Formats: sequence, C-alpha cells, structure tokens
Amino acid sequence: MFNKLKPVWLVAARELRDQFRDWRVLMPMIILIFCFPILMNEFAKQTVDFLNQYNANLIQERLVPFSIMIIGFFPITISLVVALESFVGEKERGTIEPMLSAPLDNWQLYFGKLLVGVITPLVASYLSIGFYLLMIIRQDLVMPSPSVMLQLMLLTTAHATLMVSAAIVISVQSTSVKAANLLASFIVVPVAILMQGEAVLLFWGNELVLWMAIAGVMIISLLLIRVGIAHFQREYLLGREIDVINLRWILRTFSKNLLGGARSLVDWYRNVLGNALRRIAPAILFVILIAGVSLWMGYDWIMDNVPQAIASASPEALERLEENVGEMPNLTNSDEHLNAPFLFLNNTRAIATIFVAGLVSFSVLGIMLYMVNIGLIGGLFAIFELLGRDPWPLFAYGVAPHGIFEIPALMIGSAVVLYIGVAIVTPQTGKSMGEVILELLADWTKVFIGLVIPLLAIAALIEAYITPNLLASVLK
Amino acid sequence: MIETHDLSKQFHDFMAVDGVDLSVESGQILALLGQNGAGKTTTVRMLTALLNPTRGWARVAGYDVVKNGHDVRASVGVLTEQHGLYMRMTAIEYLDFFGQIYSLSTTTRKSRSDHLLQYFGLTEAAHRRIGEYSKGMRQKLALARAMMHDPGVLLLDEPTSAMDPESARLVRDEIARLKSSKRTIVICSHNLTEVEALADKIAIIYRGRILLQGTLDELKQKVLGTPEYEIKFSDAWDSSGLELPNDVDMLSRTATSLKVRVKRPQESNPQILKVLSEKSASVMAFQEEPRSLEQVYLKVMADAKGLENVQ
Repeated sequence: MFNKLKPVWLVAARELRDQFRDWRVLMPMIILIFCFPILMNEFAKQTVDFLNQYNANLIQERLVPFSIMIIGFFPITISLVVALESFVGEKERGTIEPMLSAPLDNWQLYFGKLLVGVITPLVASYLSIGFYLLMIIRQDLVMPSPSVMLQLMLLTTAHATLMVSAAIVISVQSTSVKAANLLASFIVVPVAILMQGEAVLLFWGNELVLWMAIAGVMIISLLLIRVGIAHFQREYLLGREIDVINLRWILRTFSKNLLGGARSLVDWYRNVLGNALRRIAPAILFVILIAGVSLWMGYDWIMDNVPQAIASASPEALERLEENVGEMPNLTNSDEHLNAPFLFLNNTRAIATIFVAGLVSFSVLGIMLYMVNIGLIGGLFAIFELLGRDPWPLFAYGVAPHGIFEIPALMIGSAVVLYIGVAIVTPQTGKSMGEVILELLADWTKVFIGLVIPLLAIAALIEAYITPNLLASVLK
Repeated sequence: MIETHDLSKQFHDFMAVDGVDLSVESGQILALLGQNGAGKTTTVRMLTALLNPTRGWARVAGYDVVKNGHDVRASVGVLTEQHGLYMRMTAIEYLDFFGQIYSLSTTTRKSRSDHLLQYFGLTEAAHRRIGEYSKGMRQKLALARAMMHDPGVLLLDEPTSAMDPESARLVRDEIARLKSSKRTIVICSHNLTEVEALADKIAIIYRGRILLQGTLDELKQKVLGTPEYEIKFSDAWDSSGLELPNDVDMLSRTATSLKVRVKRPQESNPQILKVLSEKSASVMAFQEEPRSLEQVYLKVMADAKGLENVQ
C-alpha cells in the first residue's frame, strides 16, 4: 500500500516545492492569510458595537463563526489557481508528457495533484483562521463552542475539497490555462451561493442541519473526484485542441444520438427510445424502490411531528384547521386556476427542475427533489389519518386517475437523471467527457420529449377535467 | 524489442497513423523519418502507452501497450519533442525526482545521476535552476532523464536537435554504446546524416503510413537502383579487352577511369578488383558513386507527393 501511495506524495511534494519557490503564488496567499483576518476582525468589532446598542446578543454570538467561515473561504478561492492549472498548466508548459510517460497510474497522478491542490488552500485557510482566533481571544468576542469550531473546520475542509476537486476536473478537461481560469467562476459562484445558505444555517444555529450540509458537500466532493478519475485520459492531455467551440460537432454528436438513425417515428420509439429505456431500466427500478422509502418517510415524518403540533395547538386553531380541510373548493369549476396547460407546465417545470438539480449534483439533488415529491403523497395520507378521515377514497379519486400517468412520468424523468449522474461518474473508455455529456443529454431529451411530456400532457388533461369531478363526488 | 502490427491511430476524422508494421530487435536502432505531422510522435506515443491504438497492436519490451501500459512505461525511456523540464528545480533534484518515480534506490539514484551529469558535462551546473540552462543543456538533461532508470527501450525524439557539434557527438556516442549493450532504440530525427551514422533500420513515414523501411543499403537499392562505382587509374590504361562478371554493366570508360553498375557488390566487387589486378591495371581508387539517405528520402517524398497529385 505504501509503495502505491508513495508516487502520489512524490507528485504532490514536487509541486508543493515548486509553489514555495514561486513568489507569485506565495505573496497573495501570505497577504490574504494575515490581512483578511485583520479586516474581518475590524468588521466584527464594528458590528458588535452596533448590535450592542440593540442588545442583539444572539447575532453577536453567531458573528464569530460566520467570520471564521468567511476567513477560511477566501484563501481557498485564491489558491484555487494551483488546482486549476495543475494539469492544463503542465500541458501548456510541455512538462506533462514526461510525467505521463512515467510508470504512474492515472489515480496516482490524479491524487498527487488533488493532494497538493487541497493542502495549499487548507494550510492557508487554517493559518488564517488560527490568526483570527488569536485576535478574538484577546477581545471580548464570544468564542464558538468546540462542536461549532469542529463544524467550521470541517466545513472549510469540505469547501476546499469541493472546489479543488471541481478545479481539477476543469484542469483535466480544459485546453488552456486561460480557459480553466474562465471556468473557475462555475466553481466560485455556486460555492459562494452555497456558503450563503450555510451562513443562514450558522445564524439559525441548527447544528444537525449544518452537519447534514457538511456531509452533503463532502458527498458532492467525492463524486467530483470520482468524475475526475473516471474521465482522466492521458490522451486528452496530449491533444492539440484549441479553445474553439465546435458547434457543428456538438450539434452533430447530439442529433446523431437523439435521432439514432431512425427512419420513422415508430422506428424511433421502438428502437432509439426503446434502447435508451433499456439502458435506464436499472435506474427506473431504483427510483421505484426509493418511492416506497419516500412514501414511508413522508408518512412517518408527519406522524412523528404533526401530532405534537396538534397537541400543543389551541382549540381555536384546531377548529380552523378542521374547517379548512373540510371546506373544499368548488372542484367542478376550478379550471380558472387549475386548467390543463397550467398543470402541464407546472409538472413539466418540476421534472425539468429535477433534471437541472441533478445535473449540477451528479443526480443527488435531483433524486432528493423526487423523494420530496413522492414523500408528499405519504404525508398527505398521514394528515388525513390524523384528521380521522379515510385517505384511500381521496387517493383513488383525487390522485390515481391522473397519477397513473403523472407518477410514472415523474419516476422516468427522475430515473434518467439518476442514470446521467451514474454515467458521468463511470469511466467511459475512448470517449471524451464532452462526448459522454452530449450522449447523456440526448438520452434525457429522448425520454423527456418521447415519454415524459406525452404522459404529463395526458395527466394534465385528466387532472383538469376528470379528477375534480371524481373528487367532488367522493367528498360530497 | 519492439513489434507492431497494423498499428493505427485515428483522431476524430483524421488518421494520424495508419497500419504501421515495425520490428526492432534488441541492439538495433530504428530511425523514423518523415515530415512534421507525418505521425512519428503519435507512433512513439503509442509505443509509450500514452495513446491507445485505434487499430492493431504493439508490444514493447515484451509488454502489450494497451494491456500492460504501466509495465511499458516502466521499461522505456522517452525523450519527448518538448523537453518537459521543471524550470524551478535543479538538475540534481530533477533527476532524483524521476529516479524516485521509477522506484530506484537512493544509492542507485545518486550514482546514476552523478554519472549522467558527468557524462553530459552538467556536473558544474547540477545545483543551478534548470530555468537558467541553455537550450543544449536542457536537451542533455532531458536525455539524462530518459536514461536515468537504464531502460531496455529508448524512444528518442530529435535527440541532438538543439546541441552544438561536440555535444551532439557525445550523444551519438552514447546512443552507439547503448546499442552495443543490447538496448532497443527508436529515433525520430530530421538529421539524416546522424540517422545514416546510427540507424540499423530506417522507416520513412508519410501521412501516417510507412512508405518504405529497411536497412540503408536496402533503401538505396530500392529507391535509387543498383549502385554505381567509379574506378580510377593512376596511368592511362586500355580496358577494351576487359571481361567483367555477368552482373556488372559497363556505363562509361576513359583512359584513366571506368564507371560500372554492380548488381551484387558484395560478390562482384572483389572479382572486378581481381580481374583488374590480373590485367596489371594501376587502380588508384574504387569508390561507390555517392548516394546519400537524403537522396533516398527526397525521392521517396517526391514520389509520394507526385502519386498523391495524380490521384
């Protein structure tokens, strides 16, 4: 094992030594490590003085953890340049070929670069945080609890791992350092948005949710590492491609995969879409299985949490709830608000959102959205049970008629997202990452246009014109 | 040794290497000649297991380049088109780094790097940053890196291109020494004089295809035809009654010289000399009409382009 890991360290150590000899990398990092905490400290002092006027102690308490998170983040963004140019920089300087010709496995080379990419920003971040902590110890500011401090350090590590693993994927796939740096905004901006969410969690003070966020970021990081290794090709790093968007090739590859040489619509459905569905079949099976889990989770969550809320609710509030549930809208005349186009667009948007969320998270967020959608049905069952009503007639008349089309559409739409996520993190021999993504997008388009949209259209018509009448008859 | 069959590489719509068959034994040097972009580097990269062939196969040092890429890379030393040196390292650090990558022990690394630095005249500059090196010094260091792990197979792309004549001679001597110690060597070069001096076999590659390969003599015979010889006499001599071996054609004669075409020089040239000696001819010189590799190469290229234009 040591023999296998030694080359990883050799690759990393050489690059680390190189960096420490380059003042252009060192100087900005040193400045950031020491100057930014001072600025942040001044900001914190001013904010505390301001908040003291209004006795906003809670915000004061959470300000230091927030500052630590920000202080840890900035050195990562600057030293991201190291990871961004790890492969493409060597390619530009012509030093990559001797390395690729050496007896190193792909993963050893990859992890060597990843290690140096993570070590540099983390050392910078930890030093910066340490320096800031030294400053706040000498002031009246409240130190975070050990568990929050641990969370912050892990969060910083998770951010560094996430950003560096994404930067290395970009570095392997880019054709020039310039292109890699331009693509860096696709890392910094989403992580900055993510941090805003984490900042909200910090101020909210819900440690459990913050732990989940840390775990989520780490999972995405691991998936990114997996993507990087899966699509690492020595061949690509030796290519002479220049930064030109080859629209013709993109369109040709996409349309070739989308149309699949079908001679007619029937042929397309039978062979092209049919083949795509056969590939997606394991994912469909998986989403069917997790549908059961989601239903149970939705049902269980409501059963666990809502009775306490009901028990502690005032009799007036309960009475109002009963009235609201019992008071059904005029379902036979609801086409003004719930007409078919509205329902169709709403459901299409939901499945498109699952696709987009899945695409940026290797299907993780997409599948979570799917689980929430399915979980709502379980939750609805539980609510009706809690209110002493039989949920089955409601399900049979209010969900099943359009649900037999809508739920399969949701399942297939989510399964293809899961399939895309798995395919991206799986090695595809002889294909570039661009080729793989275009093929997967073509698969998604096939399923979306050929199956999901027709199913959603039928579901919307039933939901708008048949379900309300059925539901009205059962709720009379 | 190196063996390839139908070795081909396609990039999208472009066929970079098409059906290359090569065989290089231990102790042999093969020179790959061709224009820039002819497919030499792509061929070498496939032999280094950097690129996977689209078609065909290659075995290097007994390993399949696709199935045993790691073993192939451990067995070959490569001098790449770009030297690929890390400019902030010193030469000694650089060689040591690659020595570690090739799993050499500390003592082996030290002795190998000391030896190579000394051989290539880099000992004094061993602790200077590579960025401060001249082009020739960088080339020598890159060559030292390729030889650091004492590989059985060497793939050298333009090994003397940036060197002064003295250093180039040094490198040629080292390549010759490596050949005599049973290494398998492939050289890609535009320096035809160097190739003539070093190579046992020559392959001319054009647009990814091997147009011609063989020993220098075979190539000359194939491309330029039967060799011609000029015999000069110190005194005027009557050659009218001269009977030459069957495979020898008389091309021209004067009182002080003869020009002949010999189909089998190894057998016939000694016989010609014997006949001349018996006839008491005062032979001053017996030499082949100069036919260089350059003539062969240019003719092959001209023929290939001509054929292409016709097509």
